[in-house]
Amino acid sequence: MIQISPHAEAALTCTLDERSLYLRRLVLGSVRSAGRGHVGPALSLIEMVRVLYDDVLRIDPKNPRDPDRDRAILSKGHGCLALYALLADRGFFPLSELDGFCGSDSILGGHPEYGMVPGVEASTGALGHGLSIGVGLALAGRMRERSYRTFVLLGDGEINEGSVWEAAMGAAKHGLDNLVAMIDYNKLQSYGPTDYVLPLEPLADKWRSFGFAVQELNGHDVGALRTVLKQVPAVPGKPTAIICHTVKGKGLPPAESNADWHHKNKLTDSELDAIRVAVGDF
Amino acid sequence: MRNTAMNMVHKLAARDERVLYIGSDPGAGTLRAMSKEFPKRHLIEGISEAHIIGMSAGLAMEGFVPYVNTIATFLTRRCYEQVAVDLCLHNLPVRLIANGGGLVYAPLGPTHQAIEDIAIMRALPNMTVICPCDADEAARMMEQTLDWKGPIYIRLGKGGDAVVSKAEHGFEIGKAILMRPQGDVLLVTTGIMLQRALAAADLLAAQGIRAGILHMHTVKPLDTAALLQAIRGTRLLVTLEEHVPSGGLGSAVAETLIDKLGSGLPAMLRLSLPDRFMHNYGSQDSLLKKHGLSAGAIATSIEHALAASRTSSPQLHST
Repeated sequence: MIQISPHAEAALTCTLDERSLYLRRLVLGSVRSAGRGHVGPALSLIEMVRVLYDDVLRIDPKNPRDPDRDRAILSKGHGCLALYALLADRGFFPLSELDGFCGSDSILGGHPEYGMVPGVEASTGALGHGLSIGVGLALAGRMRERSYRTFVLLGDGEINEGSVWEAAMGAAKHGLDNLVAMIDYNKLQSYGPTDYVLPLEPLADKWRSFGFAVQELNGHDVGALRTVLKQVPAVPGKPTAIICHTVKGKGLPPAESNADWHHKNKLTDSELDAIRVAVGDF
Repeated sequence: MRNTAMNMVHKLAARDERVLYIGSDPGAGTLRAMSKEFPKRHLIEGISEAHIIGMSAGLAMEGFVPYVNTIATFLTRRCYEQVAVDLCLHNLPVRLIANGGGLVYAPLGPTHQAIEDIAIMRALPNMTVICPCDADEAARMMEQTLDWKGPIYIRLGKGGDAVVSKAEHGFEIGKAILMRPQGDVLLVTTGIMLQRALAAADLLAAQGIRAGILHMHTVKPLDTAALLQAIRGTRLLVTLEEHVPSGGLGSAVAETLIDKLGSGLPAMLRLSLPDRFMHNYGSQDSLLKKHGLSAGAIATSIEHALAASRTSSPQLHST
């Protein structure tokens, strides 16, 4: 029997503030407009992305290619609605773009594309790529003696991929303490529970044994995320892994921990009503 | 050819601080001199090709020019998605130096024989595919890779291949080299099939058949203009490749001719390996010979094709 982390229990019960609800309205507005989207994977990710873009990343939306900017890669590219909401809100592109999600002329596809979306550092969607790219960015930063940090957001299902663990070994080999892996541990992948599909536990021990300094927290706790993310590297000379215990579909009761909301097509009237009750009118 | 290409990485690194060597787990001592002179730019990253490609993409995003090196099959089959997405989709200047293209590793069996690498690399948008014929050409080719935009797949032979390229021909990526002027037949080659083509042409000459040779060291982008120029006045176009029949040089040439000429296609003979894995060992040469790609077998196939073209359909195909 897997021991449930207290952070996982806290993730289930913690309440969301107005900014988190607002960001969910942006995400769900895109889903309503497009008639499709990965709802559950975006809603579990929102606070992780929010704290990164609001409080941690040294970035300038007016100069998105600044060589000294911090780099962030959404390796679980299917969670892009959360990223798009933050990038639009922070001014990388107009909020009105969110309504065009997945449209034929939109810059916003179902997975984020480098060169299409200002602020997106790498095209992702195929899983298991982002951490290796992040290792390259972090190594380059060190070789160039630049002070930027590289943050890579990974899904829990994503880390089924062997390439993630190749990258983890590489990051540890080079002692990349300017690299942070954030794992959105919502414990539910496309088919069902991670524990059923391919068990990950003991997850913290795995990252630790691969040479990372490991932190665990409630991934919806904005304060905890700020505290931990502002103290990276957790251990000098080591890459950091932050295991963020989250809830898939967080903030929308019908979607919470419900694999049927992994990807959602057209929202029904009753589902739209449920969304309004959960996050407010949108 | 391999040592020359490796040493060129060192030479380029001395000239340009963007150049990195990234090996997975190459042979002991690979680029030892570079590892001593530029230890931070000589990276050995383990048997983790998928990761190495992604990492190289990250380094290239930051302005480095990584030369990634391992055995051809591992650079193509193992990490195809990373090559497609991380390198080609982002169009990054990463160079894949593939040891043992074709049947170089014949004794090691089908896991090590890169017989479909050209096809799968050529299929990727933004990828450039180069197959030098000998060490001298490999050196000239490497000089041109430094500032080429986008990823390059470099298919190397084993080394010790007879040097047949000439300095006066120069080397330009995407520009074919006419090694022998047009004749009755035009042989289009890539990689080390050039040596076989030259020998086959000599055999044909002894039979009174004049054979031109167009060395298509760059399979993608294919030098369409040179091809269309070279086929003028020939009775038979022959492609030679150390590769399965699908998707390689012969396919590239046929596709180009169909696109450019439509109905006026020349008679064509595609000589390649068969569409199957090799279950014989031996040597590269012995396997080429077994599959009709020795100089003598090539000449014989061409003689038969020419004879057949006089009596039957002008459109010929053989593998």
